[in-house]
Order: sequence, then C-alpha cells, then structure tokens
Amino acid sequence: MFPGNFEYVRAGNLKEALTLLSGEDCKALAGGHSLIPLLKQRLAQPAKLVDISGLDELKGVTVEAGKARVGALTTHRELAASEALQGAAQVLSEAASKVGDPQVRNRGTLGGNIAHADPASDLPAVLLALDAEVSIVGPNGSRSTKADGFFSGLMDTDLAENEVISHVEFSSLGAGDASAYCKFEHPASGYAICGAAAVIRGSEVRLAFNGVAAVPFLASAVGDSLSGSDLSDAAIDSALSALEHDDPLSDLHASAEYRLHLAKVYGGRALRAARDRRG
Amino acid sequence: MGHRIQIEVNGKRYEREVDARRLLVHFLREDLGLTGTNVGCETSLCGACTILVNGQSVKSCTQLAVQADGTSVTTIEGMADGQDLHPLQAAFRDNHGLQCGYCTPGMIMVAAGMLADNPAPTEQEIRQGLKGNVCRCTGYHNIVKSIADAAEQMNGKGGDS
Repeated sequence: MFPGNFEYVRAGNLKEALTLLSGEDCKALAGGHSLIPLLKQRLAQPAKLVDISGLDELKGVTVEAGKARVGALTTHRELAASEALQGAAQVLSEAASKVGDPQVRNRGTLGGNIAHADPASDLPAVLLALDAEVSIVGPNGSRSTKADGFFSGLMDTDLAENEVISHVEFSSLGAGDASAYCKFEHPASGYAICGAAAVIRGSEVRLAFNGVAAVPFLASAVGDSLSGSDLSDAAIDSALSALEHDDPLSDLHASAEYRLHLAKVYGGRALRAARDRRG
Repeated sequence: MGHRIQIEVNGKRYEREVDARRLLVHFLREDLGLTGTNVGCETSLCGACTILVNGQSVKSCTQLAVQADGTSVTTIEGMADGQDLHPLQAAFRDNHGLQCGYCTPGMIMVAAGMLADNPAPTEQEIRQGLKGNVCRCTGYHNIVKSIADAAEQMNGKGGDS
C-alpha cells in the first residue's frame, strides 16, 4: 500500500511555505501521521505536498507572563515531556502522553492533530477546556480563532486550504488551578472512544469531550453549574447527570447511549483528578 | 519526479534518487536491500517496520523517504557489532523473546528507542512502550522479559548472559 503520485517540496521558511501552498490542490506535511495514512488509502490525493517540518519558528513551548504558546510543529513527545507545561497546562501534556503509541508520538504534531480533526483524537478537547486560541497564517496575513469554533464538523475545521496553523495560545494555569485528561480508549488503536479534559481556573470550571460526538464539544452546562461550587463528588455527579448531546457518535465500538454514559464516567474522573491536583 | 536524497543508514552514507511517494520502508528494503525491516500491516498499527530516525523510534511505513533526507537511520542490521549481538538481540535469544520472528526487528528497534530514553524501565513502562508493536504469536511476556534483561545487561547489573 503506497500513495499515488504527488509533487514534494520542502519549505525553508514560513513565507516560502505560504507561497508554495498558494497553488492548486496543495497540502502541508509535518509529521505525516494523519496525512500519510490518508495518502496510502487514496482518501487524500493532493497534487503537491509542502513539507513544513523544518520550520523552527513553528516549534516549541514557551510560557511567559501568564501566556503559554505552543508551536504547531511541537510533537506529542515534546508536549508530554515539556516541563513548562506541567505547571502551565498539565492537561495538554497528559493528553499528548496518551496519543497513539511511542512511534506516533515521536512524529505526530499538535498542528497536524488539530488540523486533521479526527473526532477520536485527544488534543481538541484539551484546547476547548483551556479556552485556547488557534493562530493561523495564510496568504492574507495572520488571524486567530477560539478553539471553540475552530472545529466545525467531522474532520473539518475553520482552516482554509492555503493556510497553516502557526501556534496555539492560552492563559497558563496558576497556583491553585489544576487540570486533567482522562480517556477511555479503543484497546487496539488507542483512539479515544471518550476523552474528557477538565480545567479548573480559580472558581471557573471547564469540561470538554472528544470521541463522544463528530465534533469535540465544551460541556458548558456542566462547567457553569460547577463554577463556584465546592466541587464535591455530589456536586460533580449532579452536574454530570444533566450532560446531554443532540447527536453522539454511534458505531461498532460504542453506541450513542454508551458513549454518553462514558462521558459522564470519564468527565467525573477528569474533574475529580483536577480537583485533587489543586495545590 | 525524482528527488536526490542523502541518508546515513547504520553508519553508512547513501545517496539515491527516489520518487516523492516512496515510503521509507520500501526505500530501505528495495533500494538499499536492507530487508531486516519487515512490512506488516502497512497502516501504522503493527510496528513491524519500526526503525530509529535520529535516535527516535518511528514506523517506516508512515514516513516518506524524502522526509528522511539528511537524517541518520538505524535498522536491525545496524544493531550487532560484527559477530557480537547487541544486548537486546542477545536478550531476545536468551529469553525466547521470539517465536515466528516477524515482529522481532520492530520490537528490538522500539526497545532500543525506549532504553535510550529510559535506561531502567519498570515492567509497566516496558509494556506501555510496546503499545505500538503487535506480536501475533502473542509472545509478549517473553518480549517484556527480554527487554528488562537487556536493560540490566546494558546498565552493567546483569550476571552471565
């Protein structure tokens, strides 16, 4: 099994990458762990791949003045090992450490993961729970969009064909804040059947899910009812009992009903883990 | 369209022309004749094609040869030092870490990457580290034992091997 023919160009810098991507039917290639499987199955057949993996300006984690900035080319391995993220957003590190397997984490990137927007992927819910902004560069300059809104459909996002995600930014968590990611994964593939990301920031609580529906979502009603509460087990259970979704995924791995059940169980685990981590 | 790439494989430099769509595993097996790296599922799931690229384990069926231009690659052929087996290879032999042997090159290479990151993994860490590698003989127990034994040998704590 191998891909169809395409042209391949390695971009030397971001400006060059954008110029190269402005042609017809182009795709950006980073770690390739979402794109190459699609190329092999001929589900994607772009005319040209623009390899952006060498762009150092899109790499790394920096935490400064209460803001965390994570470059799109940061690999899952780097996210999982990042000391800066342990304090700024443990949930991102924790979720990255649960993506796929070691080989996938060595190659796969944050930007590729969210651009691909597989519903069973681990990082989208984390970005929703962190209230992150996704920064995008394109032929008309740069723009940023809230993670809540970036994911627009099944494997579909707000990203246009000729644009590239440059980085993700969010307010870093402070002393007394905490976060956690809990996942019920498919035992063979490791994909999330239900992944829950919880962030407690001061008295504000945010809980988001991937794997449960076609698009990752913020459980706003649960977060709102827990914000300002004592986060007791009873308060968490009561807030989660009202969790609903119009259209949960239903497939051979899990029915819609079972997925909603899992969301309540794993949402509860993530919330309790975050609560218990508060300093 | 051909691309001229330079790759160091097992300490030897190669310069070859490849198609953009050439997968790294096919480049190693067919262009360089290094058939120790096996092709298993071809869907990034089984890990049989695992090699090290710049010291990190990757599935060579999920990387293009052109992406590996300028990198340093280690395959199973690069593990032994002449007739002397690498401690991982010796440990797999001593502990019956292989049955049919098809997954073994990938198991040894993922273990090499694992031990480079964490020279003394716990049993749980070894099992987690093998998450991307499938043994259809289901001989995981002895594979885990082999890696633990190799780690001990490499840390100089082992007895007679």
